Amino acid sequence: MSARHQQFAGLYKDYAGKVLATLVRLLGDFDLAEEAMHEAFLVALETWQERQPPANPIAWLISTGRFKAIDTLRRRQRFGELEADVQDLIDELEQHNKTINQQSIEDDQLRMIFTCCHPAIDPQIQIPLTLRELCGLTTEEIASAYLLPVSTMAQRIVRGKHKIKQAKIPFVIPDLSDLPERLDAVLSVIYLVFNEGYSASSGDSLLRTELSSEAIRLARLVLNLIPDAEVMGLLALMLLHESRRNVRTDADGNIILMEDQDRSLWQHSYIEEGSALVRQALATRRFGAYTLQAAIAAVHAQSTGKTDWDQIIALYSVLLQIEPSPVIELNRAVAIAMRDGAQAGLNIVDAILARGDLAAYHKIYSTRGELLRRLGQHSEAILAFEQALKLVKQAPEQRFLQQKLVQLKNH
Amino acid sequence: MKFICLGYFDESKWAALSESEQARLMEECMAYDDELRRGKHFLGGEALGAATNAVTLKMKNGSVAVLDGPFTETKEVLGGILLLEAMDLNQAIALMSKHPGVKNGPFEIRCADAAVNQQIAERNLRFTE
Repeated sequence: MSARHQQFAGLYKDYAGKVLATLVRLLGDFDLAEEAMHEAFLVALETWQERQPPANPIAWLISTGRFKAIDTLRRRQRFGELEADVQDLIDELEQHNKTINQQSIEDDQLRMIFTCCHPAIDPQIQIPLTLRELCGLTTEEIASAYLLPVSTMAQRIVRGKHKIKQAKIPFVIPDLSDLPERLDAVLSVIYLVFNEGYSASSGDSLLRTELSSEAIRLARLVLNLIPDAEVMGLLALMLLHESRRNVRTDADGNIILMEDQDRSLWQHSYIEEGSALVRQALATRRFGAYTLQAAIAAVHAQSTGKTDWDQIIALYSVLLQIEPSPVIELNRAVAIAMRDGAQAGLNIVDAILARGDLAAYHKIYSTRGELLRRLGQHSEAILAFEQALKLVKQAPEQRFLQQKLVQLKNH
Repeated sequence: MKFICLGYFDESKWAALSESEQARLMEECMAYDDELRRGKHFLGGEALGAATNAVTLKMKNGSVAVLDGPFTETKEVLGGILLLEAMDLNQAIALMSKHPGVKNGPFEIRCADAAVNQQIAERNLRFTE
C-alpha cells in the first residue's frame, strides 16, 4: 500500500462511521448511504491530493455523499426503477443545507448504535453490524478478529442490514420510556466487543487492541449523550481493565498475576479517569452491576501494598444481590480467603461445587487448588489443578497451571 | 405504516380456563383494542377458528394435497390477526407490548408488504368498477 493509500485508509477509519450515520439519516436507506459514502471517499481521494483537505472533512464528505446520492436517485428515476415519491426525497436533499454540526453528527452516531443493537436483530449480528457501520472496521477485519470466514461475516452483516430495512426498524434514539431497556442492550454489545478485544486468547493482537479501544470510544460517545450511571460504570470498568492490558502477560504471553505486576507500568491516566467515573456513578445512587464491578476494579487499582478486602467483599455482596451468579460468588470467595484465611474461602468454593454450579468452569478448580496449597494440603491441591488443566482451553492459562503443578510436585 | 400482528396462543391452556376467566381476558383484549382505535392504530382484526379444524394445502408430487390440521404442529397456534397502524417498528412494539393478548401467548409483528398490497388493491379495483 502506498503512503497515500495508507493515509487514506486512516482517514476512512476516522470518518466513515460518522459520515455514514448522517447519510443514513438523510437518505433513509443503508445501501444507498453506503454507496454514496464510498463515492464521496473516492472523490476525496482524487481531490484532497492536489488541494488541501477541507477544514471540516466530515461535513465535506457528508455533503459530497448527499450530492452523489441525488445523482444516483435521478439516474434510477430516469430508468423508471423508482416511484414518484422519490422526487420528494431529492427535493428534500437539495434543500438540505442546514449546517452539519458536531451535535448532529454525534446524534446520528447514537441513532446508528441503537439501530444496530435493536432487539429485533439477532444478537450474533448486532456486534459485527455495530463494528462495521459505526466503527468503520471492514468486513475482513471483523472476520479476522472473530476468526470467522469473511463470507460468513459478510452474510451476517447483509442479513442485519436487510432486517433493518424490511422490518422497518427506525433510525432513531429510543423514546425515554424504552431507553433503559434499549440502553442495556447497547451496553452489553459494547462490553462484548471490549471483552473480545481484551481476552487475548486468539486472533490478530493488533485487531484485538483495536476492538477494545473502539468499545471505549463507543462508551464515551454514549456517555456524552446519555449521562447514565451505568454508562459511566461500564466506561470506568473498561478503562480500569485497559490500564493493565500490557502488563497482564510477559513477553512470551505468560500470565502475570495482579500482585506480581509492575504497577509503574499501569496506565495511570486510565486509572484516574476510571476511578473518577466510579465515584460519579456511585454518587447518583442509580448505579448497577457495571458500576459495582468497576468499583471493585478501582479498589484493586488504587491499593498500594495493602488491599482493602473489607470494601471489596462489601461490593461483591451488593453485586450478588443485584445479579445473583455463581461466578461472582466465586470471586467473593477469593476475597474472603484473602481477608479471613484460605479455609473460609474454601468453604464457600466447596459449597458452590456441592450445589452443582460451575462444575465445568476451570477457574473454580484452580481457585480450589490454590486455597488447598495455602492450607498445605498438597496432594488435594494437585488433583484440583489437574482438573482445572483438563478444562482450560487457552494456552497461557494452560502454561500457568502446568507451572503451578510442577512447583507443587517438587515441593 | 401497516403492521400485521399475529397472536399465538395455546388452545389447551385456554380451554383449561373457566368461562368467567375467558370472558375477562376477552374483555381486557377488546378494551385495549378500543384504546388502539382511539389512537387510530387499529385497522382491523380477524379471530381464527380452532386450529384443530384447520386444513393445510401443500404440494405433494406435483399435485395439491389436502392435509388435516395447521401447517405447523406446535403447542401454540395462530389465534388471531390484528392490523396495526404504527409509525415504525418501535411504535408497533410499544403498542403491542401493552396488549393483554401477549399474556396469553406470543405476538409476531410483521410489516405489510406495501408493493404486493398495492397490486392486490389494483386487482380489487377491477372488480368494484
